[in-house]
Amino acid sequence: MDRLTRKAYELRRDIIEEVYQSKAGHIGGDLSVIDILTVLYFEVMNVNPESWKSEDRDRFLLSKGHCTDALYITLGEKGFFDKQEAIETFSSFGSVFIGHPNTDVPGIEMNSGSLGHGLSLGVGMALAARMDGRSYRTYVVLGDGEMAEGSNYEAMMAAGHYGLDQLCATVDLNGLQISGTTGETMKSDDLGEKFKAFGWYVIEVEDGNNCKQLLAAYQEAEAKKGQPSVILAHTTKGKGVSFMENQKKWHHGVMTEEQYRKAVEELEGVLA
Amino acid sequence: MSQITNRQVICDTLLDAAKKDRNIVVVCSDSRGSASLAPFAEQYPKQFVEVGIAEQNLVSVSAGLASCNKKVFAASPASFLSTRSYEQVKVDVAYSKTNVTLIGISGGVSYGALGMTHHSCQDIAAMASLPDMRVYLPCDRFQTRKLIEALLKDEKPAYVRVSRSATEDVYDENMDFKLNSANVIKEGADAVIISCGELVPYAVKAARELEHEGYRVGVIDMYCLKPMDEKAVIDAAEKADLIVTAEEHSPYGGLGSMVAQIVSASCPKKVVNLALPDGHIIAGTNHEIFQYYGLDDQGIKRAVIARLSQGLVK
Repeated sequence: MDRLTRKAYELRRDIIEEVYQSKAGHIGGDLSVIDILTVLYFEVMNVNPESWKSEDRDRFLLSKGHCTDALYITLGEKGFFDKQEAIETFSSFGSVFIGHPNTDVPGIEMNSGSLGHGLSLGVGMALAARMDGRSYRTYVVLGDGEMAEGSNYEAMMAAGHYGLDQLCATVDLNGLQISGTTGETMKSDDLGEKFKAFGWYVIEVEDGNNCKQLLAAYQEAEAKKGQPSVILAHTTKGKGVSFMENQKKWHHGVMTEEQYRKAVEELEGVLA
Repeated sequence: MSQITNRQVICDTLLDAAKKDRNIVVVCSDSRGSASLAPFAEQYPKQFVEVGIAEQNLVSVSAGLASCNKKVFAASPASFLSTRSYEQVKVDVAYSKTNVTLIGISGGVSYGALGMTHHSCQDIAAMASLPDMRVYLPCDRFQTRKLIEALLKDEKPAYVRVSRSATEDVYDENMDFKLNSANVIKEGADAVIISCGELVPYAVKAARELEHEGYRVGVIDMYCLKPMDEKAVIDAAEKADLIVTAEEHSPYGGLGSMVAQIVSASCPKKVVNLALPDGHIIAGTNHEIFQYYGLDDQGIKRAVIARLSQGLVK
């Protein structure tokens, strides 16, 4: 198993712990997005605790903010804070590790959680980079259900208009949202065509839980000049825990002790 | 009367500041003309961002820029800025505490006969209820310049509402200005009129005429709606028998509500709130609308005399 894939599975194991202990969080989306976060934080992005205040750091925004459980684990692993604290206090009284990204947590750029904000914020960050002649890139991760938010299309239009090639969006296309499939809830199967129509460079990743494929996509995006890029990552919701995969009830389900043990067993089996 | 609008003054102030600060950025939503910011766009094209008619994007893009050390001024009609992009203001500006000054142009009933869609009679209530958001309604060109100069010096979110047309001068260029301190224009023992924005000149005129008729009436310019200058309100309530508020806003959640909250808690006195109605607003120019609803000098004067002479106070 390669380094990034192993890392993503280790983080899955931590997420299960965090979500089980807190009886909160959005486990299905955490498990679909964790490979994206792993590749970005441990290979692609210039973001680390030592140079967190540097103007040249890459910017990251989790627009699908409800999967902050996965982001906290990733940032903790990266050394922004004690990961164990996030696991033990997630969503508890007085904790900074609340259910959506907030700037009281080291490593979080902006508060988010209400869907459809991240891409516009990213446009602003990418415009600032251009104004200042800086080469940092801005990465925004969105959910596929989130693509029903109209504000995204205002952002897509502006990013295309300005040809923001330092902006890279990723859509975590796990195909499910709280009510059911994205197709049933609000059709978004021609997302690539929509982005193209707004002047974006579109990269499809067949297996969005495959770190190697994701990494190649981010490298391709970085090489593309004159256009913003979007990576459409076809993921599996609940990836890595058999009984959660592709089940809408695991959008934010709470595990029983038995389910928790089975999830741990499966993930440790992969890591063994 | 001055022909210089407050929006022009904002542009002039930003042009002056941008000479020395390349981090000042203006963002517009097809509003550079109506905001009088076209000269800024022409002189500083690299510090100007156009987002098209997309007010949600206007606010979030501004917040993104501000998170990268830009001092952002986002200008759009107050109506759209305060309601269409309300959630973007709440989350990306107020909650994230970004250095964005929202400039609500053509505020209140500035657009007159264009109707409800273009009126912003809820913006004080909407903006003031957001944690960390400051709310300012300057009255004339001198105060507007001082306010913008002060806001350029800090890094906190703010909402500034200005009207479309020029307002009569209340001050001159040597005016005293302290951010978040109300301007006590005149003290009064019978009544004090507390007003903000475009209605301040009317309040001043009303007080002057009332004085000629033997009433001792003060005027406070509460341009800082939030944080409100509570001390100025309490001082006025301690000295006068009646407080009258006059505002270009709905009767709910604006200046009158906030003043009444302070007065009732600290120094109970009768507070009369003059505001726009909670309902359909008649078509007309802004002055015609003020006149119709008793918010012009004569209307304010009538209201003061009615309360004082009917013995409703004391």
